[in-house]
Amino acid sequence: MTLLEVENLTVSFPSADGVVRAVRGVSFTLEAGQTLGIVGESGSGKTVLTQTLLGLTPGAEITGKAIFDGTDLLQLSEHQMRQVRGSRISVIFQDPLTSLHPLYRVGWQIAEMIRAHDKAVTKKQAAERAVELLGRVGIPNPAQRVNDYPHQFSGGMRQRAMIAMAISLSPQLIIADEPTTALDATVQAQILDLLLKLQQESHTALLMITHDLGVVADIADNVMVMYAGRAAEKGPKHDIFYQPHHPYTKGLLESIPNSSAAGERLRPIPGQPPSLINLPTGCKFHPRCTYVLDRCVTEEPGLRDISSGTAHLSACWLPARAAGLGGEAEEIREETVRESRMGAAVEVAEAIAAAPEVQE
Amino acid sequence: MTDESAAAVMTSAQSGQDDVLVRVDNLVKYFPVRTAGYVRRTVGHVQAVDGVSLAIPRGKTLGLVGETGSGKSTLARCIAGLLPVTSGKVTFDGDDITNLSRRKMIPYRREIQMIFQDPYGSLNPRRRVGAIIGDPFAIHKTVAGNERKRRVQELMERVGLNPEHYNRFPAEFSGGQRQRIGVARALALRPKLIICDEPVSALDVSIQAQVLNLLADLQRDYGLTYLFIAHDLEVVRHVSDSVTVMYLGRVAEEGPRDPVYRTPRHPYTAALLSAAPAADPDAAASRQRIILTGDIPSPIDPPSGCRFHPRCPKARELCSQEDPPLEVKAGDGPTHLTACHFPVEAGENLAAAAAARRDAK
Repeated sequence: MTLLEVENLTVSFPSADGVVRAVRGVSFTLEAGQTLGIVGESGSGKTVLTQTLLGLTPGAEITGKAIFDGTDLLQLSEHQMRQVRGSRISVIFQDPLTSLHPLYRVGWQIAEMIRAHDKAVTKKQAAERAVELLGRVGIPNPAQRVNDYPHQFSGGMRQRAMIAMAISLSPQLIIADEPTTALDATVQAQILDLLLKLQQESHTALLMITHDLGVVADIADNVMVMYAGRAAEKGPKHDIFYQPHHPYTKGLLESIPNSSAAGERLRPIPGQPPSLINLPTGCKFHPRCTYVLDRCVTEEPGLRDISSGTAHLSACWLPARAAGLGGEAEEIREETVRESRMGAAVEVAEAIAAAPEVQE
Repeated sequence: MTDESAAAVMTSAQSGQDDVLVRVDNLVKYFPVRTAGYVRRTVGHVQAVDGVSLAIPRGKTLGLVGETGSGKSTLARCIAGLLPVTSGKVTFDGDDITNLSRRKMIPYRREIQMIFQDPYGSLNPRRRVGAIIGDPFAIHKTVAGNERKRRVQELMERVGLNPEHYNRFPAEFSGGQRQRIGVARALALRPKLIICDEPVSALDVSIQAQVLNLLADLQRDYGLTYLFIAHDLEVVRHVSDSVTVMYLGRVAEEGPRDPVYRTPRHPYTAALLSAAPAADPDAAASRQRIILTGDIPSPIDPPSGCRFHPRCPKARELCSQEDPPLEVKAGDGPTHLTACHFPVEAGENLAAAAAARRDAK
């Protein structure tokens, strides 16, 4: 069952320096109980995308559709959105310290969440539910810890408390925005383990935003790689990691220090992500791309299916066969680039050959 | 051990002795915990670093790994002379530099530089980049005027910045470029040792790789020695010659990079390595993750015996009573040391043991 269907979503913010085009036409679907990993660097639009779904981007110009369980989230009034946010879609943010109120007890904050959505629940019932939830997310002695303030919790425990809050009303969708970035490796493993367990128990869909390809490899079913406000590539996890087609995806995978080549030079993507106010022409990745073809500079490629039936889409002009990290794919890519440059050279040669005639 | 291999160890140890740039002996750093109010009684100590020894050979990189609260940054600050040491000794290039006075420390400050984690917080936003990079020259009164400007522009070019951007402000640069500014500033006085405290943690992956390559080039060209602190194990593996794993102010395990990563002997190292997410779905699916229980304990009141025992899947009674010494375990090389009573054996399934322990709790 399709739970969330986002269609051609664009988000832009007017600013003094010009219009910031944060999201430029993104479409994806998310099935109930599935995990979609959205990967991208700072400024790729991944956070704006999800905040827009929750109505958290005031002042933005938004077009497109986001159908969640039959209703378009983008058409909801603020009052209607409040009914959805927290109860049917909940969020886990990156920094648990700033997302918890420092002056209220952790248990109170969870209970408040429950009572805000259901007035029929008594304070006592909500408090009991808070204890139960803290226990469920693995906080030891929940009956006592429920009365602690956020500063008495460690980073990992705070994130557990955030997760307890997020699952308190059994949402259909959890949006997790870099939930483990601020945590240590062993604690990150605990939290990812917990998220997976909770997801399996309650068949919740998870939208996981991260810059960490390792986290995505671990828990996502499908992956969408974003660059400059658009999907560069999306598809099943295995296709993205083992058969990357877009040079940006390939570049990301190759930039990660990898155990088999310790000590060797890394292959970073040259340059920097573009400014969202003043985007490059054509494909937005072309100034950093090693495989630029003539048309990349002028025409922006749309997403197209490059697989045989696995819904692996890539927004790149390279031929569909040029997918993968191996030598064969590399040859196809280089061959395509060579042909493209040859084409350009032939055109120039023809122009020169034609020139004397013009003079005569 | 045969005589021949013993002799080989001796010579390598001796040549190691000659070549060591930085040596830390039994370093201890406690921060007092005081009561609030007028009479601030000391009621305890944060045992941030508790008896750490290490040696960094000249021109090599030592990777320092550990989680929040393991004391790795405190240790780095003690080595750089930014924090006074409670006890122990720091030797730099043969000289004892432990708790030197400000004045006596000045010549060593030229030789020891730091690169910090946050490229936004470590650059003064109101000063121009040229002035920031030129600061070391100004502070140490080495070069001035046009010569200083020329040197700064050389440095900018060396780290991959456009020298024409001399007059710009930090805000005009991206995170990766700012980190390059930090590198240029650290490089200005041609130091021998650069302490990199999480230098790439705040950067995006594609930019992170650029900065790591730059650091590798500089090490090759100038024979720099790095103390490289990071929580990302793959990054540390990439840059380091040897690795030290810290837990709660102590060294859990240390040794040359490959043995530590391939055959970790301390259960904590094994857990840390198994927890690091790999960008490889099949490896992630097949890997046995060792999920530890709980968090790192408070360094004010560390656990008795082995400090890792409350979270350790292999802990037995002895672990809570006796502090394990840092020593070579059977089957390991002479420089691979582990502080554990019951080190991890080949083929052992720690993940199952950890899961069983979790369920028991």
